[in-house]
Amino acid sequence: MDTEIAKTQEERRRMEQELASLTSLTYDRDLYGGTDRDTYVSSIPVNDDEDTNVDSMDSEVARRLASYTAPKSLFNEVPRGGEDDDNNLGFKKPSRIIDREDDYRKRRFSRMISPERHDAFAAGEKTPDPSVRTYAEVMKEQALRKVEEETLKEIAQKKKEEEEAAKAEGPKRRNRWDQSQDNADVPAKKAKTSSDWDLPDATPGIGRWDATPTPGRVSDATPSVGRRNRWDETPTPGRVADSDATPAGGVTPGATPAGMTWDATPKGLATPTPKRQRSRWDETPATMGSATPMAGATPAAAYTPGITPVGAIDVATPTPSAINLRGAITPEQYNLLRWEKDIEERNRPLTDEELDAMFPQEGYKILEPPASYVPIRTPARKLLATPTPMGTPLYQIPEENRGQQFDVPKEAPGGLPFMKPEDYQYFGALLNEEDEEELSPDEQKERKIMKLLLKVKNGTPPQRKTALRQLTDKAREFGAGPLFNRILPLLMQPTLEDQERHLLVKVIDRVLYKLDELVRPYVHKILVVIEPLLIDEDYYARVEGREIISNLSKAAGLATMIAAMRPDIDNIDEYVRNTTARAFSVVASALGIPALLPFLKAVCQSKKSWQARHTGIKIVQQIAILIGCAVLPHLRSLVEIIEHGLNDENQKVRTITALSLAALAEAAAPYGIESFDSVLKPLWKGIRSHRGKVLAAFLKAIGFIIPLMDALYASYYTKEVMFILIREFQSPDEEMKKIVLKVVKQCVSTEGVEADYIRSDILPEFFRNFWVRRMALDRRNYKQLVETTMEIANKVGVADIVGRIVEDLKDESEPYRRMVMETIEKVVANLGASDIDARLEELLIDGILYAFQEQTSDDANVMLNGFGAVVNALGQRVKPYLPQICGTIKWRLNNKSAKVRQQAADLISRIAVVMKQCQEEQLMGHLGVVLYEYLGEEYPEVLGSILGALKAIVNVIGMTKMTPPIKDLLPRLTPILKNRHEKVQENCIDLVGRIADRGAEFVPAREWMRICFELLEMLKAHKKGIRRATVNTFGYIAKAIGPQDVLATLLNNLKVQERQNRVCTTVAIAIVAETCSPFTVLPALMNEYRVPELNVQNGVLKSLSFLFEYIGEMGKDYIYAVTPLLEDALMDRDLVHRQTAASAVKHMALGVAGLGCEDALIHLLNYVWPNIFETSPHVINAVMEAIEGMRVALGPAVVLNYCLQGLFHPARKVREVYWKIYNSLYIGSQDALVAAYPTLEDEHNNEYSRPELMMFI
Amino acid sequence: MQASDRFNINSQLEHLQAKYVGTGHADLNRFEWAVNIHRDSYASYIGHYPMLAYFAIAQNESIGRERYNFLQKMLLPCGLPPEREDD
Repeated sequence: MDTEIAKTQEERRRMEQELASLTSLTYDRDLYGGTDRDTYVSSIPVNDDEDTNVDSMDSEVARRLASYTAPKSLFNEVPRGGEDDDNNLGFKKPSRIIDREDDYRKRRFSRMISPERHDAFAAGEKTPDPSVRTYAEVMKEQALRKVEEETLKEIAQKKKEEEEAAKAEGPKRRNRWDQSQDNADVPAKKAKTSSDWDLPDATPGIGRWDATPTPGRVSDATPSVGRRNRWDETPTPGRVADSDATPAGGVTPGATPAGMTWDATPKGLATPTPKRQRSRWDETPATMGSATPMAGATPAAAYTPGITPVGAIDVATPTPSAINLRGAITPEQYNLLRWEKDIEERNRPLTDEELDAMFPQEGYKILEPPASYVPIRTPARKLLATPTPMGTPLYQIPEENRGQQFDVPKEAPGGLPFMKPEDYQYFGALLNEEDEEELSPDEQKERKIMKLLLKVKNGTPPQRKTALRQLTDKAREFGAGPLFNRILPLLMQPTLEDQERHLLVKVIDRVLYKLDELVRPYVHKILVVIEPLLIDEDYYARVEGREIISNLSKAAGLATMIAAMRPDIDNIDEYVRNTTARAFSVVASALGIPALLPFLKAVCQSKKSWQARHTGIKIVQQIAILIGCAVLPHLRSLVEIIEHGLNDENQKVRTITALSLAALAEAAAPYGIESFDSVLKPLWKGIRSHRGKVLAAFLKAIGFIIPLMDALYASYYTKEVMFILIREFQSPDEEMKKIVLKVVKQCVSTEGVEADYIRSDILPEFFRNFWVRRMALDRRNYKQLVETTMEIANKVGVADIVGRIVEDLKDESEPYRRMVMETIEKVVANLGASDIDARLEELLIDGILYAFQEQTSDDANVMLNGFGAVVNALGQRVKPYLPQICGTIKWRLNNKSAKVRQQAADLISRIAVVMKQCQEEQLMGHLGVVLYEYLGEEYPEVLGSILGALKAIVNVIGMTKMTPPIKDLLPRLTPILKNRHEKVQENCIDLVGRIADRGAEFVPAREWMRICFELLEMLKAHKKGIRRATVNTFGYIAKAIGPQDVLATLLNNLKVQERQNRVCTTVAIAIVAETCSPFTVLPALMNEYRVPELNVQNGVLKSLSFLFEYIGEMGKDYIYAVTPLLEDALMDRDLVHRQTAASAVKHMALGVAGLGCEDALIHLLNYVWPNIFETSPHVINAVMEAIEGMRVALGPAVVLNYCLQGLFHPARKVREVYWKIYNSLYIGSQDALVAAYPTLEDEHNNEYSRPELMMFI
Repeated sequence: MQASDRFNINSQLEHLQAKYVGTGHADLNRFEWAVNIHRDSYASYIGHYPMLAYFAIAQNESIGRERYNFLQKMLLPCGLPPEREDD
């Protein structure tokens, strides 16, 4: 198989190379500095429905499928039983978000938290404060960046051509160079590439354009912030120099709003020396940037005031003091150091003593080092070899250093929670124990916010809760600015964990609600941080993100939202546009689509840039995905808005338009075809003229639109599209294949498409192109192909499909055989086997047997299920083949491999019923004996399956005809009951229970008693099913051999310590009582109550409670018998006694309601009633329920009379309890109370009497 | 009340009950309770047709009139609320 895969891959690579050589432009290799193109995805998923929360597991598999491995779902399956680590209990270790993000998602770090913007609503007619950015400024900036980007591309392009030209004609070179210099500033349109597939695409492309051409910019995480300076309209010489000197540091101001404003505002430009900003620039050590690879990710490094690192920090190998300088290092560095230290420690050379200790004294000789050996003296190697000071095992006299923290975080003052090293840069200021009085009010406020945030982030749940509440309550007091300036950088922290992000997002949510319109200047800031949540792979993160954006848009209003997001719509970075489109769709669903329609229309028709059109259309797509069928009322307008995109000049716009149409059609299904009328023509025309990705998108749209049509049209349009589809059957592109399969499925399943047409036109090509081995290798292809084939089978019938693929059951590739088997299974299970003729039947059974026997992989259920499905579908027609099948099974039961034996046993349980139908009882008896002989199996999984097979046989042929006879079989099962493996236990107890139920008389009573003792142990099982089966088995056994002995065993078991065991025992007693009538059990049970032991008495009471629950109205005969016992229990000092007795009373009362036992019940109510003042939750709950039971049994009037005495009691505590009882009485039987209310005296103004009730005829 | 009790079902019970019109609480006074009782009574009379018929015969009114009367009485069944002493 491996060779096959290798071959395919080789073929593919060759094809791609050919393709690459066809295109004239291959400059990206030069540009990217030899990045390996092979690491790119070769086809971009056209259906980006990864966020429609279908099945994230699938996409996970698909993304990683480059390497060959089992499906992820198998890895994810946790082994059950065994160790009880936290994961098994459903607790997740805290995980960092960044660890599971891919490169695309990590691009969120490259966005800056934009400075606040001008709020036109608040300001009214005033001229905007120059310190905030206005819409116009932002737009201008955006445009500038675009021009810059284009120019850069232009330059690159020119250089490229330059070189090519140089190669071609040497002497002309000079000339050209000069020209290009002149042209460099003119933003010209980028030359169109000849191949669709080679456009610098969304994911890898644009963001990196800027990374390479300018030398000295190391971190490509900083796309343009730093550079913008150079292109600024009025550059200040001093600053440009600055930003060049500290390339990575240039990111830092992006996060700090104060630092960023100079970029846009003339004020900042005019005065190039604001104190804060200046100092920060100067203090950041130059080498810091290169030491932190993720400089862009630690936006707020400069936040911690006063901790500017001193000298030593920029040394290449950090010393401990440098490490401990709080806040001076990034978390990455910190972790790196931790690991380094750890690894150094392990890898240090072994000393002679250690070696001596390791090796035996004799038998080894110590050799002299060869004369030529010279120890390494190269400084670089040496540096690595010497352990860092941290790891030195030798003792050093420690120097007194009060600033040092010894890895232990300084005790946070004022009861603040623990601070992680990563947090120092955000919260470090809190550790400076300054006198709060001396701070300015603003600083005090900041400190307060920081404290609260730290408590929310790292605190205990109660701390967190109060902090959250304070933040919410004081939100307006703190003000939007200080709050968001603190919260948002935290959310960009690279080491953030899921839980922390959840909490911070929650803070934003609450604060938003309070701040309301004050949030306007910060809308974009918040969006930058929240938008990445929309594409998070975690479903709940996506939901959270949506909620925040929805609330944000409600708080800020449509105009502000549009103003904030408009500039991002044609951002050059695809990531920004993508997230913005998603955010816009959330805004649309929050504020209503009609409100957004005019804007969307304008954006989709933008003439300025294709990016804007692309994003606008993408918004429509996202709206459709997000709100589903709610698009219907606006369907026509949405389609009208985007329809022109099908003929757009840019192919990406065409693609996204088609995808949006597909999303709209999917959301609208099965309605709304009339809205798509206008796009039918361009779509169907388009598929003739387009190729590649665009064609795929068009086909996808068609696939979703066809199912909406009437039968007649569907048939016509299907035929129109089909020849293109058939042509594309051969496409080598995976994505195209998937889409074609899907479209075929959609077309075939519509009503108007006839079976004959499918048979003659589609089937031959379909099978020729798709039913090939290669399709079985990709999981997604595999699934899609099986589904499509099933859909076709629904139209053309079983025989056609099975007949075509049945031969392939004997194919040499196993994955392919598996795919064939799965298809046959599904088709046959769905449609039955009546179409299959004798010849085909023979082939089928033959093929299945072959496939079943030849399987080697672990994923065996497909074969098993397929076998079972086919045999069950054929029913009696299998009879001639049964001997052969059984022969195979017997042979495989004897196989060396455990897996094979297990499958064979499983197969028996699948086909037992059919064997019975074929009257092959003798054969089954024979199999029974064979299985019986294998009961010594040592693999628990296999043993479980063998027991399951035996159970299936016993079930089918009955107790009397069973071979081996039951009296031999059961004693063999008794020791197996001791087995602790869950599967064995479950199957064994099922089998034993079955025998106890149906064939107890075949086994001596003593054997049953022995089994009873074993069963007690099984009450401890973890699995509920096993415990339930055990308890039921007690009932069967008691019925078979009489309750006395079983009961004695069970009553003794009440003395054990384990609670679960006792609970199960009480349930078993109750079941025994139910199956053998209560009178056989009650005397012994009540007698047991006299044992002066808490557990036993409680057990008895609990049994009584279950007993009365099970026997229901049968209880009326026993109620007088147990009343004295319950009296006693209800007066006991022990709370649990009273609680359990109360629940017994409840069940009793509910059981005997209306059967004339009121006297006993009132008597019991008198004992229950004093317990109403209990405070323990379980007790009071039981008491209230008992009273409810009494309400049903005695009628509400009686209970009301008990209530009336306390409703107006002088003590509030008493009144509260009584009103609670009254209320549940009232809610339970409001109407019935009307007749029972007390007569109230009239007061001076008020008439309280109810004269109607006095009327008498 | 202990901290652990604060969130269990028992503490929520009262809150749940309070959602229904006609339930009471420790600070309910005589007048308010009586109003509830009366409204419930009228609702019950109207809801049970035989009761309505019975009252109609006893008062020699049409059933419709009786129903109308009862509905009207539900507005202020016990007259205006008494002045609060503490106000």
